[in-house]
Amino acid sequence: MSIIQILFWFLSALALMGALMVVLSKNPVHSVLWLIVVFFAISGHYVLLNAQFLAIVNLIVYAGAIMVLFLFVIMLMNLNSETEPQKNNMLKIAGAISGGSLMLIMIDVVSSASDIAGKSALVKEGNIGLIKYLGKSLFNEYVIPFEISSILFLSAMVGAVVLGKKGEAKAV
Amino acid sequence: MPIQYYITLAIILFCIGVVGVLTRRNAIIIFMCIELMLNAVNLLLVAFSKMINGFAYASDKASLAGMDGQLFVFFIMVVAAAEVSVGLAIIVMMYRNTHSVDINFLNRLKN
Repeated sequence: MSIIQILFWFLSALALMGALMVVLSKNPVHSVLWLIVVFFAISGHYVLLNAQFLAIVNLIVYAGAIMVLFLFVIMLMNLNSETEPQKNNMLKIAGAISGGSLMLIMIDVVSSASDIAGKSALVKEGNIGLIKYLGKSLFNEYVIPFEISSILFLSAMVGAVVLGKKGEAKAV
Repeated sequence: MPIQYYITLAIILFCIGVVGVLTRRNAIIIFMCIELMLNAVNLLLVAFSKMINGFAYASDKASLAGMDGQLFVFFIMVVAAAEVSVGLAIIVMMYRNTHSVDINFLNRLKN
């Protein structure tokens, strides 16, 4: 087994274990920490695919910003495993069965698809993931979506401030 | 690496996210499972972009084919960040009013 395969299997196992623990943990803080593990594993996959820019952005935006936001909110609300709402077992089993059947069907469809049979992703080579080329493309062909996303961010910021403001609008 | 492996990994991650959304009642955990699903899709997009690049790479080492997929991932991350900021603000507001993050208390939006 080459080093790439070893890394691939290790990162995949890490991502899957982390994802399972996100769902299974009773304590929301542990869920957040496991989700950070998943994001690190996915960033490792990006590095393996030589998508360096996305690997770094994934770490900064997801593991850095979004998960800190989650942690802050959870700590602000003082949630722990005692306050965790419990669902009855029937619904848990039903959810697991429906999700599992979705997975089985999708895997089966993909494994029998002829379009992708024998194709493989280029690992550790190729330069489309480098910021030099991505940046050029982002500011040429994709400059309008890029600017629109800045407006989206501005409106999200305003929305978060309006929603987070105390008093006045006594909604809900 | 064969593209099948990446697709299977992404499907499993996505389905774990789906199961999480269906079985958990904590609104924040549901939100985290949505992030998990978004990340599974991101991984798949990057893998496919490298697959497309791999076809062109055989003849031209400097080929930029398949770069669109990675830019899409970038935009998905942008949208996810905006979504999280607004969504968490909504959850905080809801917690302030009901003192719970149980989604079953959300079935009545009035009063």
